[in-house]
Amino acid sequence: MSTGSDEFLPVAARGLVKRYGHVVALGGIDLTVHPGDVYGFLGPNGAGKTTALRMLLGLLRPDAGAVSLFGRDPQRELPAALDGVAGFVETPHFYPYLSGRTNLELFAAFDGGDARSRIDPLLELVALTDRAHDKVGGYSQGMRQRLGIAVSLLRDPKLLILDEPTNGLDPRGMRDMRSLIRRLAGEGMTVLLSSHLLGEVEEVCTRVAIIAAGAIVYEGTLTELHASSSVRYRLRTTDPRRAVAVCVATDGVRDVDVFDDDVTFVATEDSVLTLSRALVDAGLGIAALVPETETLEQLFLELTDARDSELRLAGAA
Amino acid sequence: MRPTVLTAYRWELRKLVSQKRTYIGIGAAVVLPVVFVVVMALQSGGPYDAPLGHNLRQTGIALALVLLTFVSRFGAQLATALVAGDIVASEHAGGTLKMIFTRSLRRGQILGGKTLASFTYVLVLLVALLVAALVSGTIAWGFDPVTNFSGTHVAAGHALALTVGALALFAAPLLAVAAFALFLSVVTRNSSAAIVGTLVYALAQEALAGLVHLDFFRHYLLSDQFDGWHGLFHSPTAWTPIVRALWVSAIFTAVPLAIAFGVFRRRDVAGE
Repeated sequence: MSTGSDEFLPVAARGLVKRYGHVVALGGIDLTVHPGDVYGFLGPNGAGKTTALRMLLGLLRPDAGAVSLFGRDPQRELPAALDGVAGFVETPHFYPYLSGRTNLELFAAFDGGDARSRIDPLLELVALTDRAHDKVGGYSQGMRQRLGIAVSLLRDPKLLILDEPTNGLDPRGMRDMRSLIRRLAGEGMTVLLSSHLLGEVEEVCTRVAIIAAGAIVYEGTLTELHASSSVRYRLRTTDPRRAVAVCVATDGVRDVDVFDDDVTFVATEDSVLTLSRALVDAGLGIAALVPETETLEQLFLELTDARDSELRLAGAA
Repeated sequence: MRPTVLTAYRWELRKLVSQKRTYIGIGAAVVLPVVFVVVMALQSGGPYDAPLGHNLRQTGIALALVLLTFVSRFGAQLATALVAGDIVASEHAGGTLKMIFTRSLRRGQILGGKTLASFTYVLVLLVALLVAALVSGTIAWGFDPVTNFSGTHVAAGHALALTVGALALFAAPLLAVAAFALFLSVVTRNSSAAIVGTLVYALAQEALAGLVHLDFFRHYLLSDQFDGWHGLFHSPTAWTPIVRALWVSAIFTAVPLAIAFGVFRRRDVAGE
């Protein structure tokens, strides 16, 4: 059931739960994808990404919670709830004894409308025109991934859901796929993209959700994610030993450490202002005081490790 | 325009035409009458004790009818199970089910298309058997009247019409076998299990019919309905086994199909 505010959202998932026996695949997650987002659904393998995507596409029923796509429930209103929605979970699969083109014709027939008229331009878009009449059984993994994109775009979707779309692609294929996703997003399509590749998410996504062990540990923009983290600073002074003493004595400054002649510490912006005055009052010359932004990988590991620790503690209790 | 069950049906036929497995049963249906005629030509005896077998070597029309008895024990069920038992399970195994579930067809329409395609295959199988048997039988033994179970001579043209009717009646229990294979294909998600399970189902009914001598019970097993067409070759026509073959087969078709549709429409697609 969608709330009023969720009605026009491409994706609004609320409290999704899925259990397999004692294993909790999803522990009550929320996802909110806004129009025009390139939304990265990030998490380690087995975190629950594909389970959640299956629920969005109506392939899997949640034990609890609700999903709405543009205000329609894919658990109750199929196939109407998937109007304007396309995508695939895990690797796209096709009929290996049919040609790429015939596969597209089949899916176009199953879509109805004017899907068939898009076949030729889409074959060209995914660079499969030359191999269109070959049986899919002879296609490489990369060609199947590209055909998967073409099959999705047959529906002329407003929301495209892709599960690890660069899986099995060589570096050039990955680059082309990301470029295609950016291009589609540039044309106004909303994209929900699951991945465990941080670089990929950083490169193409505007907002992210990070999932670990069936729970969302972060949802928002990448900029907010970087801003929300405690910032580590690097300080170079004329006397590192005395600088450490000043840092330790300043409120709000923690995790003080020394690497070579540099002092590093974690602090809020206000504490850094106080510290800089204290350093000057102590007669220390400041050569550098710079924030060190954490990489997405560091943030990802901090968030997912924290979730793992929570689960271990809960298990021990 | 939204796709319909006919869209699914048309594409299921296209898929069947593109798969080698489809031609195993049809090929066997075409080859079997020819082999039968060759074997008969190489020996003096024959299966004259088979229903209407006394007409063999008298008229080619009898060949199709004798073959119905032969294939009703095992062959027809195997050929049917090869396709109907595979038609859903292979899509689970191949991962294509989750692809077509996210299109604009309802799940019921998808299974409806598969059911119609399986049934069409069964009918094509029987037509192939009929045509091959009539052609090879007529070449070997001519196109002459048939002596029916009551000892009445039936003119060749009329006998041909009755033979077509016999195949149509024979199709009823065979469609029930296809329905059961489809049900197993949905429930087990495994082609081999569905094919073997269908054969066990058919053989178990055959064995039960052999063990139980209570007519009341035996007449309502599916295996007995494969002989329903005998009623056409009595003078006058014996309607009781014909009508029973139709309604008993209809029940044996409807029950597994209803369960299959129920399971298919609510199935979670995870892990394929």
